[in-house]
Amino acid sequence: MLRAHLDRRLGDFHLSARLEAGRAETLVLVGESGSGKSTVLRLLAGLLRPDAGRIALDDTVWFDAAAGVELPPWRRAVGWVPQDYALFPHLTVGENVAFGLRSAGAPAQATWLAVRRTLERFGIADLAARRPWELSGGQQQRAALARALALEPPLLLLDEPLAALDVTTRRSVRAELRRLLESLPCVTVFVTHSPAEALVLGDRIAVLEGGRVAQDGPREELLRHPRSGYVAELMGLNLFRGRVVSRAPGGVARVAVGGATLMAMDPGTEDEGFLLVDPREVTLHLGSPAGSAQNLLRGAIAEIVPEPPQGDRLRVVLASEPPIVAEVTAQAVAALALRPGLEVTAAFKATGVRSYR
Amino acid sequence: MARGAPGVRAVALRLATGLAAGVMLALLALPLAALLLRVPPGRLLARIGEPVVLAALRLSLITSLAATALVVVLGLPLAWLLATHTFRGKRALELLVDLPMVLPPTVAGLALLLAFGRAGLAGRALSACGVTLPFTTAGVIVAQVFMSAPFFIVPARAGLASVERRYVDAAATLRADPIRTFFHVLLPLARPSLLAGIAMSGARALGEFGATITFAGNLPGTTQTMPLAVYLALQTDLQAAVTLSVMLVILSMALLLGLRAVPTHALWRPSDAARASR
Repeated sequence: MLRAHLDRRLGDFHLSARLEAGRAETLVLVGESGSGKSTVLRLLAGLLRPDAGRIALDDTVWFDAAAGVELPPWRRAVGWVPQDYALFPHLTVGENVAFGLRSAGAPAQATWLAVRRTLERFGIADLAARRPWELSGGQQQRAALARALALEPPLLLLDEPLAALDVTTRRSVRAELRRLLESLPCVTVFVTHSPAEALVLGDRIAVLEGGRVAQDGPREELLRHPRSGYVAELMGLNLFRGRVVSRAPGGVARVAVGGATLMAMDPGTEDEGFLLVDPREVTLHLGSPAGSAQNLLRGAIAEIVPEPPQGDRLRVVLASEPPIVAEVTAQAVAALALRPGLEVTAAFKATGVRSYR
Repeated sequence: MARGAPGVRAVALRLATGLAAGVMLALLALPLAALLLRVPPGRLLARIGEPVVLAALRLSLITSLAATALVVVLGLPLAWLLATHTFRGKRALELLVDLPMVLPPTVAGLALLLAFGRAGLAGRALSACGVTLPFTTAGVIVAQVFMSAPFFIVPARAGLASVERRYVDAAATLRADPIRTFFHVLLPLARPSLLAGIAMSGARALGEFGATITFAGNLPGTTQTMPLAVYLALQTDLQAAVTLSVMLVILSMALLLGLRAVPTHALWRPSDAARASR
């Protein structure tokens, strides 16, 4: 179990975050560049000192500003895979993997047995005598993971391990990484700017925004109940804040959102709450839609963005009041000749608008 | 014309570059050639056996090797400190380290005499301990260390500073304490610069003349190194001076070539590391 309370100023930037993750669990830190993700990993590894806070893994305190405890990085049991892997260029792949074991004082015989076992586990035993620069990006990533895991650390820190890979290898490596993380007994903290990676790899997800944890919880919780516009945007969802003005039959309520009124599932309270709309529930029409959708928002198309995970889907952002994002197929975009600037109507059913406090 | 003008200028530039490089090379190569052409190889071999030459050769080798070893052992920690730390007075310290490179050697010799001479600043304390430096072989080594240290410290410092932080950090997370990191990550990665520094300071120690003759004198067998022997022979026997000089040239060349031949950690080249990091 990792419990960390980190506080650190770097120039104008102020990181202040509380993080928790259990054994065999993967905590994904997701956020844009500059949100403090890598800083969190450096603080956990001991490569950077918090101004205040506490870091504890299970019963071992690694850092406690109040108690004056600070373990240097080489006394903490972490496996750290930085973004560019930082494999030692003067050593072979095998020697890279052996480095930590030798530092820890393992005898030569045991080290080489462990190295071979680790390399075999990652399917790179045949690369043991190669130099890091002779390896492909995917092979380098596996070598870096092998090096970090050779000592079986109770805490594994991964800093955008997929960012250095090209798009085609990335997806297969991501699947591979997911299987690996599921099999690991250690706590894993995984940093990424990609919500897709966060959703695929994270048991828990913490969204970092400007050095703060905007929201943190199990993956399903973030998908079902995002609590800020930023989190919803990262998860690719439409989120509104509104207040019930009147109720209609069938468990449906009229909710005021800014100047507009949306029909939504009744939250059962008069307080202000969140409304969540999945972009895939939103259809786009040139004129008035014929269907039974009770919510219509009209506006000009602000932009059309390809949605990477499914190559044939596109996200259409509408400058309506309130603004809304629809996710439609490429065929639909072609059939309606959608382009930025075109006025269209977005339609979605009241039952597609989930509400919560 | 608009097309012709740059063409003419380009040709002129190329000619000027070639001419300047040619003159420079001639200036460097001609004296060497004159030296080497003056001495038939047979005479060279015959003279090596002469006691005065042999003594100077032996003394030069011993003192410059000792000086280079001292420079590395004492200079490496300083280079590391300068490469990785910021502290008050660092600029002044850097100036102090660089100074012998621009100081006239005779001035350095005089300064050494005033510091370590019998009545010098530290000399009194030294002689109280029974240590005498001026006009001794140890004094020769001290003079060589003084003059050659910056030729090692400057490149060593640059080499250590150029090792990327991520490698040091990675080592720290792999249980390596700073000492292990220094010997197993920093030193090997800075190796090309360190070897270059060793070669440069070694060559400087071997060729040291002014500080040595001022501080340690010119005593055959004790402080008369090869360059001093050349100078002395020049007054009496030009042939002998030329022979000694040729030996010194060959020795210096061998030193440079020898250090270049040392394999820098297998096949590792910095350009590859840069590519790999992308």
